[in-house]
Amino acid sequence: MAEPILELKEVKTYFPVYRGFVRRRQVGAVKAVDGVSLALGRGEVLGLVGESGCGKSTLARTIMQLVPATSGAVILNGRNLANDSSRELLASRRDLQMVFQDPYASLNPRLNVFTTLAEPLRVHRTCPVGEINARVAHLMRIVGLAPSLVQKYPHEFSGGQRQRIAIARALALEPKVLIADEPVSALDVSIQAQILNLLSDLVRRMNLSLIFIAHDLSVVKHISDRVAVMYLGKIVELGGAAAVIDQPVHPYTRALVSAIPKPDPDAERARQRIMLPGDPPSPIDPPSGCAFHPRCPYAAERCAKIVPPLEAFRGREVACIRAAEIT
Amino acid sequence: MALLTVTDLRTYFHTRGGVIRAVDGVSFQVDRGETLGIVGESGSGKSVTCYSVMGLIPQPPGRIESGTAFFDNIDLLHCTPKEARSVRGKRVAMIFQDPMTSLNPYLRISEQLIEPLLIHEKVSRKAALVRAQGMLEAVGIHDAARRLTGYPHEFSGGMRQRVMIAMALITRPELLIADEPTTALDVTVQAQILDLIRQMQKEIGMAVIFITHDLAVVSGLCDRVQVMYAGRILESADTRTLYYGPRHPYTRALQRSIPAIQPKGAELHTIPGLPPDMSKPIPGCPFAPRCEFAVPRCATEPIRLADVAPGHAQACLRVQAGEI
Repeated sequence: MAEPILELKEVKTYFPVYRGFVRRRQVGAVKAVDGVSLALGRGEVLGLVGESGCGKSTLARTIMQLVPATSGAVILNGRNLANDSSRELLASRRDLQMVFQDPYASLNPRLNVFTTLAEPLRVHRTCPVGEINARVAHLMRIVGLAPSLVQKYPHEFSGGQRQRIAIARALALEPKVLIADEPVSALDVSIQAQILNLLSDLVRRMNLSLIFIAHDLSVVKHISDRVAVMYLGKIVELGGAAAVIDQPVHPYTRALVSAIPKPDPDAERARQRIMLPGDPPSPIDPPSGCAFHPRCPYAAERCAKIVPPLEAFRGREVACIRAAEIT
Repeated sequence: MALLTVTDLRTYFHTRGGVIRAVDGVSFQVDRGETLGIVGESGSGKSVTCYSVMGLIPQPPGRIESGTAFFDNIDLLHCTPKEARSVRGKRVAMIFQDPMTSLNPYLRISEQLIEPLLIHEKVSRKAALVRAQGMLEAVGIHDAARRLTGYPHEFSGGMRQRVMIAMALITRPELLIADEPTTALDVTVQAQILDLIRQMQKEIGMAVIFITHDLAVVSGLCDRVQVMYAGRILESADTRTLYYGPRHPYTRALQRSIPAIQPKGAELHTIPGLPPDMSKPIPGCPFAPRCEFAVPRCATEPIRLADVAPGHAQACLRVQAGEI
């Protein structure tokens, strides 16, 4: 990769856990993100997958500086955002925007579409006041909505249309990096396809870099260049989308891929499933060594002792000390 | 003979904004031991169909305008409340999408599990508790004796759905209606729950109606699938036929918009437009405004399900006329 637009170095985000009322003391921490290093290239789409509670949304919010990182660095365009003053952060946000999962919750119901889309332009003063109308109309057209709809309020739109408005708002400042946190999970299949097409198209046309977070692997594979799989706050596998999803190496990725039902009855009958016992453990007190070892069908004794580093293996990076033995 | 026969069911909601025709003339059958998938997008009427059969539609604003639903010679839509109670929760059970909102947070799991037994069968509390513990073990909850005294919040999402399934199956029902039971769960947990439903079905021999928006989930689980849109059934066939030889334009469009079966990076097929406004009567085919094959008469002529092959029915006029 030439020079990454966004780089994460050993990012950790912990949430303290307190106990006691009179004598309140910290008894531990939820290790939501526990040492994530990543680089995002210009114009690249990186898919981030994992089950609920694995820390993918917290990672997104940490990148956006919506929650402070406990340690590590988020470097955008060569600047470490953690060191930025609030004024500098405002400027950085111009290049870093986010689309949220639920378009019913992320749009202000009392603002019409025009006000919603004009707000970032006014706050950042990127657009002369006289041109705001034209710019908002342009944004509406980019996301495939008629500019005549700008006087309407969010409740007058369907879920898919609202997500288009949310995307238009994120694009208002012409960001370089867009983070989309489960942008299609709340939508129906036919609408999902419209939004996915829109996002891929925008990435191509505007040379955007996109971090696409989802739990649906088939959606992620479709849109991403590279995929990172998270489990309990750590990346366990990172590599090209087709490689990771079609030939997964890490036992967790394998189980995840094998758990997806296929829309094809014959393939479905032939599907070899790896059943994982139990639920993911608590991130307050993660298991020793490799956090996946209590559920892993390949776990050996030393898996409970050694924290596996993310290492290059067969054209990708995998955090499993037995990767070579089990493939 | 069919276990459940629904004929011409119409459930309308009379709201201030007009009459919403949520289910508009739906007929289908479920045989004993069979698994029927009902697939549709939000607002297609798939849940309302099953809620109507179960008598769970709030009336008003809802009203069942017409139809019958015969379950083993009892018309669930027109029987006395007493008759309905003798079927509901005993011979027909239901599980829901969100196990947190369908379990009572104030009651121990044990109380909720034995309630159907105490109501429907003449058993002592003690015997009911023994069966409850056996049922929890059967749905794969370890340490069942101890977990029985726990409250819902002490269980994870997947575990709660297991408790729900245990609760539904404790009376060994003949029909289980599952309304998107895995939508709120992660894929690895979803796989566990689907497996559990399959396994319990084998054990008890019950029929299952599985409601979902996910064509992939249905493909491995169901014997037969019917596709709903705007309150009507547009296509119904056995699973293999529906997946490999769908005839109705909506089913075909829906299938093509799934990312999993598209070559990577290709533009996904999309269905233009939006589902219709259900508060206005739709004289013709509800899918016509979005259909690539629509001709003027699609918008005016009433549609009806007709067989294109034995066991394969679909509602497109043009397919029936042999034009597509």
